[in-house]
Parts: sequence; C-alpha cells; structure tokens
Amino acid sequence: MQEFYYLYHRIINPDRQMDEVKVIEIKKSIFEENGHEADQLREELKRKGVFLLNLMSSPGSGKTTTLIATINELKDKLKVAVMEADIDSDVDALKIKEATGIETIQLHTGGMCHLDAEMTRQGLDNLPLEGLDLAILENVGNLVCPAEFDTGAVRNAMILSVPEGHDKPLKYPLMFSICDLVLINKTDVLPYFDFDMDKCREYIHLRNPRARVIPICARTGEGIPEFAQWLLDSVKDWKTN
Amino acid sequence: MHELGIVFHIIKEVKKVAQENNCSKVSKVVMNIGEVSTVVPYYLEDCWNWAVAKEEGLQDCKLEIRMLDAVTWCDGCKSEYPTVAHGKTCPHCGSGNTWLLRGNEIEIQEIEAI
Repeated sequence: MQEFYYLYHRIINPDRQMDEVKVIEIKKSIFEENGHEADQLREELKRKGVFLLNLMSSPGSGKTTTLIATINELKDKLKVAVMEADIDSDVDALKIKEATGIETIQLHTGGMCHLDAEMTRQGLDNLPLEGLDLAILENVGNLVCPAEFDTGAVRNAMILSVPEGHDKPLKYPLMFSICDLVLINKTDVLPYFDFDMDKCREYIHLRNPRARVIPICARTGEGIPEFAQWLLDSVKDWKTN
Repeated sequence: MHELGIVFHIIKEVKKVAQENNCSKVSKVVMNIGEVSTVVPYYLEDCWNWAVAKEEGLQDCKLEIRMLDAVTWCDGCKSEYPTVAHGKTCPHCGSGNTWLLRGNEIEIQEIEAI
C-alpha cells in the first residue's frame, strides 16, 4: 500500500512531487537572530538617546537594594526607569517604585531563566521612552543563562556579593567575560567571610582584562557614588558619541 | 530551564525557514551542539518534545543532535588540544594563554520539511 502511495506521488501525480521531503540547510547559530534583534534595539535606543544597562547577578546579591541607593543618588541628574525581570511576582518593581518614586515595570519570563532581546523590547515598549536617559534592566537572578543572550543593552554590569565567595569568576567565566562593570557588594560583612578582594579582582581580570571593578555596600552607601558616576559618564558618552 | 529557552529560539527560526520555503510540516531538525556549549542533550530533547507538541506544523518533529568536539588553541606553543580533558591549561607547554577554537556551537544545521 505504501509503495503504491509512493508511486502515486512520483508517477501518477507528478505535481505532487512538491510534497516530498525537502532538506533545507540552515547552518545558523541560535544566537544569531537574537544578536540581530539586539543590534536593532541598540540602534533604536541610540536614536532616542536612551542608555540601557543590563544588570545581572545571583539571586540575593543585592540588585534591588543597590538600585534603590543608586537611583536616589541619580534621580535629580537623570531620568531613570527600571524594568524588573523575574520568573514570578512583582515585589521588586513595587519596592523600587516606593523607595525612589521612578517609573518601574515588572516583566515575567514565564519560567524562563533569562531575558532575550525580544523580551527586552517588549518591556521597553511599555516604558515612556520620551525624555528618558537611563533604563535599567534587572535581569533574572542567575549567573549562567543571562550571559548567553544579548538583551540589546548598551552595557552589561553584574553584582557579586561577598558571601558568594571570590572564586565565582572561575566558576562562571562567561558571565564575567561579558561584563563591563563588576560591583562587589556587601563589603560591610567582609570581616565575617574568607573573601579575598585581591584574588577576586585577579580572577575577574583573568576572564576580562577590561572589566571595571567597584566594591560597594548598598546598605551603608559605600561605593554607590562611584557607581552613580560610572552611570553618568556612560550615559553622557552614549548620548554624545 | 536554559534548554527550554534555546528550544523556543530553535522553533522560532525553524518556523521562519519553513514558511520561507513554503513548507507546512517539518519532520526533522538537525542541531550541531558543541561539547562545551552548556547544553545538556537529553534536556534539550525533553524540552523539544514538550514544546513542539503544541506547535502547528511541528508536531512529531524529531530532533537529531550531532555533538561536536571542543578544541582549544594555545598561544604559548601554537598548538591545539582537546578542551574537555585539559581545560584552560595547555597540556603541551603549561601555558594558560589559551582560548576556545570551537565547541560552543548551538547551531541549526538543517531541517527536513514538506
């Protein structure tokens, strides 16, 4: 029966040869399409004069607290908005809005461990970009997957907190190699942990010699002015060059 | 979780290519996966089977995974060595001045479609 069917396809109804299995060569990295979308997004942001920072870290490293301290330092100088990406809940977006008064939105990744360029664009579409200087994307807390997908951000930054240990750049090399800035948070608990700051810097620069490292403490405010200045300079640079 | 995101990217690309080629049904997707790409092949397959069941034109589409060896280049002695066995340090000269030549691919090689 199957043979007959085959013959029908091939001989009796030559037009139906169109239906035969075609092998289509693609030979394309799955990151390629995302890379294009990210480049397009950056071009668009450049035209609008909006600087997008992609902030990554492990869960619990202090991203939200750091952002609140930094935004309060910056909000008289720049118009800032925050996109919070999480698998679920909107606690972070509410917390930042309450503590700083700026525009925040919550993105849900629907169980996914990272944001890609398309999801970032959808988030930006929901922000009033007019007059905005700085948009900060707080990525899903994870040191692995977010490093692999270009979000379309102008710069990547990450927070490593003291309790996580100074060996993290060795364990998560990709994350450290794509970040322009590494903030080392919770310096107030340094006396209680075997965290070697010099080793940490050495390991980070092994992965990425150009990465800027700033030790901070979001709770006490140490290093926050330096981070805020880095943001001011980066935004200015993006708008003028 | 990571593999699921990758599966969504594959599906998006495959559907686009199928449409461009006027194909209504994709029966097989062949992927090249590098040894150090961080993709776990059987997770990828699990996520794939779950995700395609809901995609029109992709139901029952098979995923074929071709693994590619990872190779690192040593700038110290200008030679290559297998990455998985030796990591960042060159087994020939002990140099750490090395970088990955290949093995981190997550690439759609081809599809079979009608």
